[in-house]
Formats: sequence, structure tokens, C-alpha cells
Amino acid sequence: MASATDLIANDIQFEWLLRRGDTALVLGHRVSEWCGHSPVLEEDIALANVALDLIGQARMWLSLAGEIEGQGRGENELAYLRDAWDFRNFLLAEQPNGDFGQTLMRQFLIDAYQVPMLEALKGSKDERIAAIAAKAGKEVAYHLDRSADLVIRLGDGTAESHRRMQQALDALWSYTGEMFVSDAVDTAMADAGLAPDPASLKAAWQETVDAVLDQATLTAPEDEFAHTGGLTGRHSEHLGHLLAEMQFLQRAYPGATW
Amino acid sequence: MYAQMVKTDATKVRSLSEMTEQERAFQERIDRGEKIEPTDWMPEGYRKTLIRQIGQHAHSEIVGQLPEGNWITRAPTLERKAILLAKVQDEAGHGLYLYCAAETLGVSRDELIELLHAGKMKYSSIFNYPTLTWADIGAVGWLVDGAAIMNQVPLQRTSFGPYSRAMIRICKEESFHQRQGYDIMMKMAKGSPAQRRMAQDALNRFWYPSLMMFGPSDKDSVHSAQSMAWKIKINTNDELRQKFVDQTVPQAEYLGLTVPDENLKWNEEKGGYDFSEPDWSEFFEVLKGNGPCNRERMEARVRAWEDGAWVRDGLMAHADKRVAARTAAE
Repeated sequence: MASATDLIANDIQFEWLLRRGDTALVLGHRVSEWCGHSPVLEEDIALANVALDLIGQARMWLSLAGEIEGQGRGENELAYLRDAWDFRNFLLAEQPNGDFGQTLMRQFLIDAYQVPMLEALKGSKDERIAAIAAKAGKEVAYHLDRSADLVIRLGDGTAESHRRMQQALDALWSYTGEMFVSDAVDTAMADAGLAPDPASLKAAWQETVDAVLDQATLTAPEDEFAHTGGLTGRHSEHLGHLLAEMQFLQRAYPGATW
Repeated sequence: MYAQMVKTDATKVRSLSEMTEQERAFQERIDRGEKIEPTDWMPEGYRKTLIRQIGQHAHSEIVGQLPEGNWITRAPTLERKAILLAKVQDEAGHGLYLYCAAETLGVSRDELIELLHAGKMKYSSIFNYPTLTWADIGAVGWLVDGAAIMNQVPLQRTSFGPYSRAMIRICKEESFHQRQGYDIMMKMAKGSPAQRRMAQDALNRFWYPSLMMFGPSDKDSVHSAQSMAWKIKINTNDELRQKFVDQTVPQAEYLGLTVPDENLKWNEEKGGYDFSEPDWSEFFEVLKGNGPCNRERMEARVRAWEDGAWVRDGLMAHADKRVAARTAAE
């Protein structure tokens, strides 16, 4: 198998890898905020598991990004020493936790995307990307099982749980479109056989989402408007606060070893 | 030690000849080292004491997630973040085993949680202290888990089967926790001047509260004597505290940190350190609710429980609907 470096400019791959790594990192960080505060002990354990998987995935993607960049930056330099405008995560991932329903809906909408994305990446011409996708794919399949199941149960639970899940869906829907926008980076990666064109994942995502929302008795908003900007570094106000917290020690004590 | 000053309802420990035949048979099983299982007959006092002790232990695991959880979002590297998250998740898992062990005695997890929230059950005093710097995460693993292990290792041999089995599992994870705490302390103590300052400050603040975890001297306590007769307590508080000090002082020396006790001195004759008692008036204030974080800890737990009510209700309602749909289909 070829290495991606033979096929396509490093800066494009670097950019694309940051999208994977930053989305996993920011979402993992958000989920980790629940630790010790969940509605029930089993969920506390499950959320910590999901957060751990995502942080593990972020480490793999960011390490590879640093390697390809070739400037001596590793996972920690990339996670802790970039400002918000250099982050490339989906806006959906950085949205605040809100109540448990909003956290769960955010997870489900991203999981339903990650499953076909990682499945396609297993066939990447770059074996390093394929290897990460193989590991992460197993984790994400479990995440989707769990989040879809809970969306169904809470959507079709009590009137109150239904109301909250619908409210979460309404609040987050306009952040889902960004996941399927293809730009020059995506096209170059797709042309080189390294990654799928994100637009090609929409049908699989839609199918999962429709089936789950139907069982959950929830209705997707009709408005097709999509907030974008995450992939070019124009984030919501929320990301800056998340990074201020996450990066505190590395920023306050530069050069220290932990 | 995550269970402190557990009461037994006993006014004195009775001898075998003062017991009923059933009680005597029970005590003799314990004396022979047999395990008591949930379906076996047991004195009411034994059952009640175990519910208090295991419940308090479970609550400690859950409340104990909070001080460490305080640094998950600020962990300094991705690896440290993952390790800490895994550790705090383990604590939740320990809480789960222990609530399950308590449930075998006829009390539900929800009942125990409600008693905690109503202030009718306690959790370990140590979790009412704040984690102010990253070094505190090291100190919690090193000292707090270290103190907990002192108590939990002997409890693997406790007389109640489900508690003993939970302890065996928990101890394996706790020794890993303690090592990760010490590893953080090593990095801090050998790090920059600011990191060394954090490490010393963490030891200064956590030393005496860690000694308090064993509880006040109980050599004259009827409750402790009764618990020891039942083998739900294996050592006295003073024995465990001495063992902890003897183990920890050389570790602090290795780190180049100073234990905040001017009276600390090796005593050749007893083969252990002489050391200062913690301020027990502070301990009793913390138990009364006047520790630095009592209010925040309870508020966080109650809020999580109340905010999560709609989730628990929703899940139950959905389960009921599924049962109804299945019944209708049959």
C-alpha cells in the first residue's frame, strides 16, 4: 500500500486529519464534562467510555497529523497550543452539553455520520488512515448503537422526555449540514483515494437518522439551513471557552513536563 | 478508608455463651473463616451495620468522583486526561459493585441515594477537601487511594461474601490508581520550581486529611469491637494509620517532599514512625458539614439526581410501553 505522502500535498492531508482529530477531541472533551454528574450511574460509566474512545481517536488522528506536518508537533502541541481559529472540528461537536437530551442528540447525530465515514476510511489507500479507521470504527459502531437506542427510548418515553429530545433535535439540526459540505481538501483527498467525499455519506446518515427519529416519534426540522465555519476555523463562541479550560496548564506553565 | 465510624447498635460484644443458638452458630461460622452469603441467616445488627458500611463506602466512591472530575477538563496532556477519565470511571464502577453488594442485604440503590441526599448517610470526610492544583490529582491517587487500600486489602477477607468479592475486584484497580497518583507526583516533584511548589502544597494540604480517613482511635470502641468480631472490620484505625504513615514517609522522601509534621521521627523500638495526630476537631467539623466543600459536593450530587429524573422516568416509561406492546401482541 502507498503512503499518502506519495499521493497528495502534506498540507492538504494535515488539514483533513485535523478535521478528524479536532472533532474527536472537542466532542470527547464535551462528553468528559459529564463525569460524575450523569442522571444514573450506568450512564456515567457509559459516557466516560465514549469520551475515552473519542480522546483515544483524537490522539491517533492528531499524532498522524503532526507526523505528516513534519514540524515537530505531536498530539499535545496540536491539542494544547493552537488557538480556536486553527481548530478544524465540526461546529456540532463544540455545542455545549445542555441537558442530557442535548448531549445525547449531539452524540447520535455525529455517530450516525462517523459510522459510514470510518467504514469508508477502512478502504483508504493510506494504510495509517485505514488502521485508525479500523480501530475507531469498532468503537463508533458501539457508540451509535447506544446513542440511537437512547434517543428512541427517550423520544418515545414520557411527554417530558419527548419534549426535551425534540427540543434538542431542533436546536442542533442546523449544525448537521456542515458534515456533508465538500471543499477543495475533501475533493483532493477523495480524488487520491484517501477518503470519501463527505457528500457521499449523506444518504447513509439520512437513512439512519430517519429510521431512529421515526421510532423515537421525533420530527426533523424542515429547514435545510446549515451553519458552517468549523472547517475553516470560524467557530462559535463556545470553542474559545472550551480551549481556555482545556489548555490552561500548558498555557500557564509553558515548557513544563507533566 | 471510605467508611468511617460505622455504628453497630451494639452496647457490648457478647460472648458465645450469651448468644442464642442461632447467633452462636452464625458467630462460629465467622470464626471458622466461612463466608456469609445473602440468603444465609444473619443477626439484624450484622445486616444493618453492613448496609451502613457498604452504603457509606459506595457513596464515597460516587462523591469521590467530584474532586478528581474537577481536573478532567484541565488535564495537562491527552494521555493524562485519558488516564484520569479512566480512573474516575473506575470509581463509578466501584460504586456500582458496592451498591449491588448492599442490595443483596435488602436495600435498594435508590433508597441509599435518597438517604445520602437527605443527609442521613455519610461519605468519607476526605472528599470534602478541594483539588486546587494538578498536583492534587497526584496527591489524591498517592495518599487518598493509598489510605483506602490500607483498609480495603484486609477487607478482601471480610465475612460477607458479596462485599469480599467486590473488594477483591476493587483492590486490583485501586493499586493501579495509587501508582498513577505517585507517577504524577514524581513528574511534579522533579519538574519546574512551580511544579515542585504545587507538589509540596498538595502534600501539605492532603497529609492530615488523609490521616483522618482512618477515623479517630477506636481501641476502646464497642462498635469497632463488634465489627471486628463479625469480621467486617479487620484492623483498628490506629493500626492502619501507623501502617499508612510507615509506608508513605519513605515515598515522600524519595520525592524530595517534606511531610508537614515536625514531630515525625523514626522510632527504632516500635519499628515505625512517631507522628502527630491530625486535628480531630477539624475532622468532626467536616463530618458535621463544615468542610471546605461539603455543600458543593452534596449540591452537585443532588443536582445530577434531580436534573436526571426526566431521563430515568423516560427510560422507565419506554420500558413499560415495550412490555405493554409485547403483551398486546401475544
